[in-house]
Amino acid sequence: MSAAPHIPANPAAPAVEIGGLVKRYGQLTAVDGLTLTAARSAVTGILGPNGAGKTTTIEICEGYRRPDQGTVRVLGLDPVRDARALRPRVGVMLQSGGIPPSVPAADYLNLLSRFHTHPVPVAQLLALVGLTAVNRTPYKRLSGGQQQRLSLAAAVIGRPELVFLDEPTAGMDPQARHATWELITQLRTAGVGIILTTHFMEEAERLCDYVAIIDHGELVAGGTPAQLTGTAGQLRFRAEAGLDLDSLLAALPPATAAKESPAGHYVIEVLGHVDPLLLAAVTAWCAQRDVLATSLSIESRTLEDVFLDLTGRDLRP
Amino acid sequence: MIGDGLDPLGTPQDLDPFGTPRPRGPEGVPRGGTGGKVSPRDRGVPGGRPPGPTLSPAPGAAPLSRMIAAQASLEVRTLLRNGEQLLLTLVIPLLLLAAFSLEPLVNFGAGLSRVDFLTPGIIALAVMSTAFTSQAIATGFERRYGVLKRLGATPLSRAGLIAAKTATVIAVELLQGVLILLVALVIGWRPDASPAAIVVAPLLILLGTAAFSGLALLMAGTLRAEATLAAANLVYILLLGLGGVVFPLTKFPAAARPVLELLPTGALSTGLRDVLQHGAAFPAGNTITLGVWAVAAITFAARTFRWD
Repeated sequence: MSAAPHIPANPAAPAVEIGGLVKRYGQLTAVDGLTLTAARSAVTGILGPNGAGKTTTIEICEGYRRPDQGTVRVLGLDPVRDARALRPRVGVMLQSGGIPPSVPAADYLNLLSRFHTHPVPVAQLLALVGLTAVNRTPYKRLSGGQQQRLSLAAAVIGRPELVFLDEPTAGMDPQARHATWELITQLRTAGVGIILTTHFMEEAERLCDYVAIIDHGELVAGGTPAQLTGTAGQLRFRAEAGLDLDSLLAALPPATAAKESPAGHYVIEVLGHVDPLLLAAVTAWCAQRDVLATSLSIESRTLEDVFLDLTGRDLRP
Repeated sequence: MIGDGLDPLGTPQDLDPFGTPRPRGPEGVPRGGTGGKVSPRDRGVPGGRPPGPTLSPAPGAAPLSRMIAAQASLEVRTLLRNGEQLLLTLVIPLLLLAAFSLEPLVNFGAGLSRVDFLTPGIIALAVMSTAFTSQAIATGFERRYGVLKRLGATPLSRAGLIAAKTATVIAVELLQGVLILLVALVIGWRPDASPAAIVVAPLLILLGTAAFSGLALLMAGTLRAEATLAAANLVYILLLGLGGVVFPLTKFPAAARPVLELLPTGALSTGLRDVLQHGAAFPAGNTITLGVWAVAAITFAARTFRWD
């Protein structure tokens, strides 16, 4: 067999560059014109409800599926055409499975370590993901969280430049989740690029340098967690139920929204940050009506608020 | 400390990030950090936290031969640890050889002793069990569990994976061959072969292996894993009965015989029996039959195989 074709390295290429990506399964359009760039040595989170097209997008980047339209470049290369050059450089953690059920954890990592020239030593990697004590246990007898950690170890054993993690902390208990976040942070510090999908907004807020929210196969918002959450400020307070919101809004600057939910809990939302004038206007309006506002707090929205505002609150199939 | 030096309680620095105590070696050194070569960057500051592994990018694919050897070695160990697979590939063939040789359960017809008739058939059964039944079931479940898909993301190419599977089959067949020949010789097997058999018998086994492997991958790559499991076992039982393994094809109606000899098991058992017991130089018909099966099955398997 001939050696891998020489492909000139392009260190300037982004980790992932997706342009106008379309993928259809029969009648269903899973990805619909997605454009997205992920920087190297950064953590990029792809967020979206079930069925938004996250896994399809990741699997196209991994070379498992071909796009119907658009371009995908991973480390500057085509995931299908240049698969041989890319495979050693890219680590993959599938959403589930992929490891032979009867094979002990250490044996599987030993196998993968022999596919690479400078693998992470298996014993050190097992210790890092907390599987030393179960290293002889077959995959099928590991707990769900342990299986995920073995899968994560398998993704990084070859010292890749870039890893794709599809829901890396699904099924983990809080301890394992925090330790996994620590490992992802270590990978980033070591210069590894990370693309992950997740349903946990706290995970995205903590880990990601850049977050892409996709829905119905399209990008609906992208930015740093601070950019995404900082676009709207909130002033919350409690008071007697049934205040006249229209009258309140009339006393406030334009482009302000107010709602009462649940009864007696009021939220006033503005673009940008809550400023002293807004706070003064709200308390002045209350004072005129002899209303005492309690538990008054000024917050920026959480990523979860942004996510639900953008993708709706309806349950997905 | 006494005994094996394990400290079940551990001290806080013996806890890994996941809170589980690290097993410690005899000197109380965490086992995790000392395995293999340690590069200078991996060494920690004395007295500090145990060093973590280096994760900085250093990608590279190992040589293909090393990847194939690693994959084949894991597959052989997995097969030898699997009870059902051992039943198919070793226990049943050896039991049939011993039982039918020692007791006159079947009248094999004139000319050959019982063990002389059985040994070539049992070799054919062993080839079928490993290359077809065992491989179809294992590959079908690997596909179902996403193992093949996951391997597709490693530096091991598909050609490399197929080479590893072939090496696995041949390694198991060599083990089967040694055990079957030992048992047969102990029972009193006396081959009557021309010198050409040294080349022709392995050639027949190789062609049979190729044909059965192609059929195994054709089945495993298209059917659901459970369907593959059922069908592969059914074919094993059917061809054990109809493939000239323990029942001579001469016992079947004259019209059925040519058809049965065109099946891969019948072609392999008849060809091997001609070469090993009847002193034939080259059973051309059976060789061609196996060659056609091999080319056809591998061609169809390559066209239809789905990796996930």
